[in-house]
Amino acid sequence: MKEYDIAVIGGGPAGLAAAIEAKKHGAEAVLLIDRDKELGGILQQCVHSGFGLHIFREELTGTEYAERFIKELKELRIEYKLDTMVLNITEEKVISMVNKTEGLVNIKARAVILAMGCRERTRGAINIPGTRPSGIFTAGTAQRFVNKEGYMVGRNVVILGSGDIGMIMARRLTLEGARVRVVAEALPYPGGLVRNIVQCLEDYDIPLLLNHTIVDIKGKDRIEGVTIAEVDENRKPIAGRLQYYECDTLLLSVGLIPENELSKGIGVKLDPITGGPVVNESMETTVNGIFACGNVVHVHDLVDYVTEESRKAGRNAASFVKGKAAEYGLPISTKPGNGIRYIVPHFIRQDKVEHSVDLFMRVDKIFTNKKLVVKSGDTVIRIINKAYMRPGEMERISITAESLKTVDNLSLTVDVE
Amino acid sequence: MYDIAVIGAGIAGCSIARELSRYNVRIILIEKNSDVADGTTKANSAIVHAGYDTKPGTLKARFNAPGAQMYERLCSELDVPYKKTGSLVLAFSLDEMKTIQKLYDQGISNGVSDMEIIGKDKVLEIDSNLSDELVGALYARNAGIVSPWELAIALAENAVENGVNLLLDSEVTNIEKMNGLYRLHMEDKLVEARLVINCAGLYSDKINEMVAAPSFKILPRRGQYNVFDKSLNFVNTVIFQCPSDLGKGVLISPTIHGNTFIGPDAEDIQDRESVQTTMEGISYIWEASARSAKGLKPNAVITAFAGIRARSSTDDFVIGESKEAKGFINVAGIESPGLTAAPAIAIHVADIVKELMGGLGANADFNPARRKVLRFIELSEEDKNILIKQDPRYGRIICRCESITEGEIVDAIHRKAGARSLDGVKKRVRPGSGRCQGGFCGPKVMEILARELGIDIKDVVKNSRKSYILTGETKDKSLYEDVHDFAAASKKI
Repeated sequence: MKEYDIAVIGGGPAGLAAAIEAKKHGAEAVLLIDRDKELGGILQQCVHSGFGLHIFREELTGTEYAERFIKELKELRIEYKLDTMVLNITEEKVISMVNKTEGLVNIKARAVILAMGCRERTRGAINIPGTRPSGIFTAGTAQRFVNKEGYMVGRNVVILGSGDIGMIMARRLTLEGARVRVVAEALPYPGGLVRNIVQCLEDYDIPLLLNHTIVDIKGKDRIEGVTIAEVDENRKPIAGRLQYYECDTLLLSVGLIPENELSKGIGVKLDPITGGPVVNESMETTVNGIFACGNVVHVHDLVDYVTEESRKAGRNAASFVKGKAAEYGLPISTKPGNGIRYIVPHFIRQDKVEHSVDLFMRVDKIFTNKKLVVKSGDTVIRIINKAYMRPGEMERISITAESLKTVDNLSLTVDVE
Repeated sequence: MYDIAVIGAGIAGCSIARELSRYNVRIILIEKNSDVADGTTKANSAIVHAGYDTKPGTLKARFNAPGAQMYERLCSELDVPYKKTGSLVLAFSLDEMKTIQKLYDQGISNGVSDMEIIGKDKVLEIDSNLSDELVGALYARNAGIVSPWELAIALAENAVENGVNLLLDSEVTNIEKMNGLYRLHMEDKLVEARLVINCAGLYSDKINEMVAAPSFKILPRRGQYNVFDKSLNFVNTVIFQCPSDLGKGVLISPTIHGNTFIGPDAEDIQDRESVQTTMEGISYIWEASARSAKGLKPNAVITAFAGIRARSSTDDFVIGESKEAKGFINVAGIESPGLTAAPAIAIHVADIVKELMGGLGANADFNPARRKVLRFIELSEEDKNILIKQDPRYGRIICRCESITEGEIVDAIHRKAGARSLDGVKKRVRPGSGRCQGGFCGPKVMEILARELGIDIKDVVKNSRKSYILTGETKDKSLYEDVHDFAAASKKI
């Protein structure tokens, strides 16, 4: 069985950055595996701009952003396999994969970086009532058809959900000559970034209906229309507040789910809120030597943050295989308090924090003029004033190594106060 | 000119066409939809019922238990996945235990073997996720699960291999009674046959009325379902509640491919095409199934669907030659346990045909076996590698949720009665049935369909002829109606 230092599963932005960083930090034999026939993952279909503002301080398209990493991967002579599906990974880090040329192959790695990304929530998963005709697409699938394959998916479009991909597709389809009638969002606030609301909807006069959802789909062969209802605070349709929209296409942008089927197979512990692995400050999962980064851990707003997190995973995986084994004290666990849905990382080993550690989190509803308070027991460690917070934008709090020393009961809580 | 025309390629029509292909007769199987198994056969509970809940003396009782006993052999001949899981009818009170006893007695008189009335502890031993409030259950070891559409497709494929002609996209709009034969009118063609077998499911009353006065009505009754992610693995057996007037109640059951489902409700409707799910229907099946077991989570749902039972106004199967139309055989009202009964019904109908035609000679070339389906994920490591060496397309996984390879999809397209649409591929080899519901694999499957069928990808459909998926290419100038010739306009400036 061929052996590698590090195997990276997934060649999207997370896997690319992790593999590059691992190699740069001294891992010799790095192998990156992707199921697609090209590297870049979902960035291959992101022809819009807005990528790279944090990492490169310039505005790139998704494909340009990916290209920079692909180029670097090749320059570093990192081995990669395309059109290759990983079927299984064991706790001992034996990876079974299959492709057309080599057949079924098993390899062994000393460390594994999980970077499989996420998938889109479907119509079935949210039980939208009605018939099941053609013309219903998740926003990402539609994006692939339009941007990668060069085909239009419809002419008269309704979009459910105000996730970023949905809003970006509203603009994209409009520019291709389709009419996007409305974007309906069941929640009282939009799901995606403010800049997408402005640049993709407002600039094109596409109405965004908050507190609205689809309660019926009509059409036997191809979709013919949808009924949109206003919903109350419990997301239940309000009687009589219905409107029928004729359309030939329905796009869904109703959430992303980290793809952790392989992770479950290994036996890493998953966070039921994020749907991704429980990780420590080094992006290591609960199984020794198995790291994870990017949208497989938690869904990010910006690819730049994915890159940052993945570099961290790559660095730490490299230092893991270089065998600097050390004893660590009991880790501090992070606990989402009032108003916080989740925090990544879940554990912090103090000895591994040189200068500071960043906590990433999402609030559970909109807050104005509040504080994010980090506490250990009754000891306040940090307070950040926030004029505006919403679930659609990730919050980040940096905690210095110095202040971690004041944590006494091995737990850190973040509350909205 | 055919000896026999079978109208409807659902489980009944496919079973009968395949059974008759054992004999030396010319058969045509006619289907209005673009694929076989496209009506009630593709949307039902997929249960092989043991046979205890049919009323003795009915046709349902006559064909249920014998049908169930034929499944093992039939599915092995046709290489269709089938599993004898057993079923439990739960009782939540002593009153319901009396119903259980009645069902047991009924089963005995229907010839059902391997039944047992068991207490709570034993029930929970079999399925530990069930409600703590149950008292006991009827355990029927002969009940099982199958994929009804895969079985019907396999039957159709085998029938075609054995000489049956299959005509898709052909709705029979009128039937002329001629001297000693029937002339079937379709939109753009005519078919003549000496005998007609009406297996038209939800439309079987309409077909009957083309040759005879109304003798039964189809009263469509819709049922809705939710299907859960494979990771759930919630029950081992088919879980029933005590039956009511509306049917066998809401079940919790494993599917043959390892998912779990809940459903169906039972709602009488007018429109026979009305297969939509509703908020009321779905909430009802959640409420009702919660009685059997708690702990099912909505976030594990991967899809919902509805099917329509072709219930007859006579409340039983309608099987036999029409009194008014000689040589016209009705096989109608095939609602539950129709799937289970289908193989037994087919043999009975073949007997009717033999009598009407004065005996049938054997088809010397008849082969009951279908060419094996290679299911990549079920092969050993060694066999996987041998297969990929022979045909590298088995090394390219298209559907990652269900681990389905390009080789399997191509095979499903090129078999007799093969897949011609996205749903056709899904029904045969499952890409699109998993948790991503085709989000990832859909575009790839479309590409393969276009290539293998030699059509433009824009002409690939979901299921019916009008269920187009793509509307054109990008940069289509005809869409910019209000924008004048841009190049000419810029020149003027």
